[in-house]
Amino acid sequence: MAQRIDVKDLNIYYGSFLAVADVSMHIAPRAVTALIGPSGCGKSTFLRTLNRMHEVIPGTRVEGTVAVEGVNLYGSDVDPVAVRRHIGMVFQRPNPFPTMSIADNVLAGVKLNNRRMSKSDAADLVEESLVGANLWNEVKDRLEKPGSSLSGGQQQRLCIARAIAVKPQILLMDEPCSALDPISTLAIEDLMQELKDEYTIVIVTHNMQQAARVSEQTAFFNIEGTGKPGRLIEMDDTRTMFSSPAKQETEDYISGRFG
Amino acid sequence: MAVSTATPTAAPAFQLEGVGTRRRVVNGVMTVLVVLAFVLAMTPLISVTWSVIAEGFKQLSPYFLTHSMRGVVGGAETGGIYHAMLGTVLITLAATVISVPIGLFAAVYLVEYGKGPLARWVTFFVDVMTGIPSIVAGLFAYALFAVLLGPSAKFGLIGAVALSVLMTPVVVRSSEEMLRLVPNELREAALALGVPKWLTVVKVVLRTAVAGLTTGVMIAIARVIGETAPLLLTVGFTDSINRNLFEGRMMTLPVFIYSSWHKGYVPCNAGDLACNTNINFERAWAAALTLIVIVMLLNLVARLIARFFAPKTGTH
Repeated sequence: MAQRIDVKDLNIYYGSFLAVADVSMHIAPRAVTALIGPSGCGKSTFLRTLNRMHEVIPGTRVEGTVAVEGVNLYGSDVDPVAVRRHIGMVFQRPNPFPTMSIADNVLAGVKLNNRRMSKSDAADLVEESLVGANLWNEVKDRLEKPGSSLSGGQQQRLCIARAIAVKPQILLMDEPCSALDPISTLAIEDLMQELKDEYTIVIVTHNMQQAARVSEQTAFFNIEGTGKPGRLIEMDDTRTMFSSPAKQETEDYISGRFG
Repeated sequence: MAVSTATPTAAPAFQLEGVGTRRRVVNGVMTVLVVLAFVLAMTPLISVTWSVIAEGFKQLSPYFLTHSMRGVVGGAETGGIYHAMLGTVLITLAATVISVPIGLFAAVYLVEYGKGPLARWVTFFVDVMTGIPSIVAGLFAYALFAVLLGPSAKFGLIGAVALSVLMTPVVVRSSEEMLRLVPNELREAALALGVPKWLTVVKVVLRTAVAGLTTGVMIAIARVIGETAPLLLTVGFTDSINRNLFEGRMMTLPVFIYSSWHKGYVPCNAGDLACNTNINFERAWAAALTLIVIVMLLNLVARLIARFFAPKTGTH
């Protein structure tokens, strides 16, 4: 079951530095939402607050609320570990665990949490997740090989398989294709289209065509200058954003006049 | 006149200068200096290795490795270093058991949790401890147990404590470096899967770094296995086999080498063929060779462990 996210009055700090200010948005379930904007505007930082990965960096904090189906992730009795199990994440650089085989990488969320699982259940989960990540046919004969033996694009799909193996409701992707060649990028974009039937997907991308291709909704972030906080400029249907955005700033960025 | 677009007499657009004489000379001189420095550094190493092997083999035999010095007197070519090997292995093992957990936990604290003043103080004291002279570590262990058990206490564990004082900072330092080498992306990958931090540290960070950690521990063992002064002070010496770390003096290889050498020549009666006047020196050399071989074996084991646990790469 995909779930909706409601962000309200979110301020994100690194120490005393306000990195992202005053973001409110609604992220629709069963859809891809793209976050675009120039480097340093805080879109990755914002993405990381959606599964409380932001606070992994020492000295960081967040004000405001991020609610998934009405439950505030930053409520005082919420365990960040549970949040991250619920909301998966795929990073910019593929990062399979180098000490684990392909199969163990997929099972990492289970194995690292010391949960017991029967051999057949584990095999089923590996197949299901790898099929889900469009990687099964390429690796089914070498599941015991190290995850790092795969190509970059395959590694990234392995990371997606690893993320969906813990059965999250929401999938966050932080520039998942920026380290990949066009063919692997296409494979991952196709995968997103399939995954959005089951998951709420939020993707950060620097590639405007990609945002236009894969997403239903687009949010544009911008920054006034160095030292100033990043802000959400506008958010709308992707088609509207790329044809007739409400703000001049958005149009300038999308048409390549800056950024 | 029409403007000519190409002037055939002009110099070629791409030209390279030859290497100048000056650079050639400097290069030659520097190469000679570097090679000389290398030879100079290797000379004592090869000389030591050669002496130890040549002298050490005179007495080294299965008998020598399996017998103690109990009841051996005069220039008799009997006796061995079993008691000293046993003592060295037991005391070093005990020191490792004490210092590896402490060192590893300290390193995990510094890398994964420590921020602010406490971490700075720990780092500072680890640096200070690295420079402690070994005899001071021996005195510390001696004094510690003298307070607890009286001034005449001498047994293996005191030596192990002294060695662990020397070993812990080395373990902390090397482990810290190894843990810092683990890419942050792996920690984030695990955390993003909903793995609690402590499990991330245990099953991802330590697991990824285990090969380097093993090497670090081996370096620390090599650092202390040859220590003489603190063991002389805290464990003393004996000619008999003592398997108990908690009671009685123990012999160790470095102390054996020292005490054998200290005994010097054996006065032999003329015509006594069973008497070897150099026996004490020969035993010391053989013990030195054994010590080196033990360290090398430990290194070999560490390398095998490191290879076994190393992150797998490539398609093999």
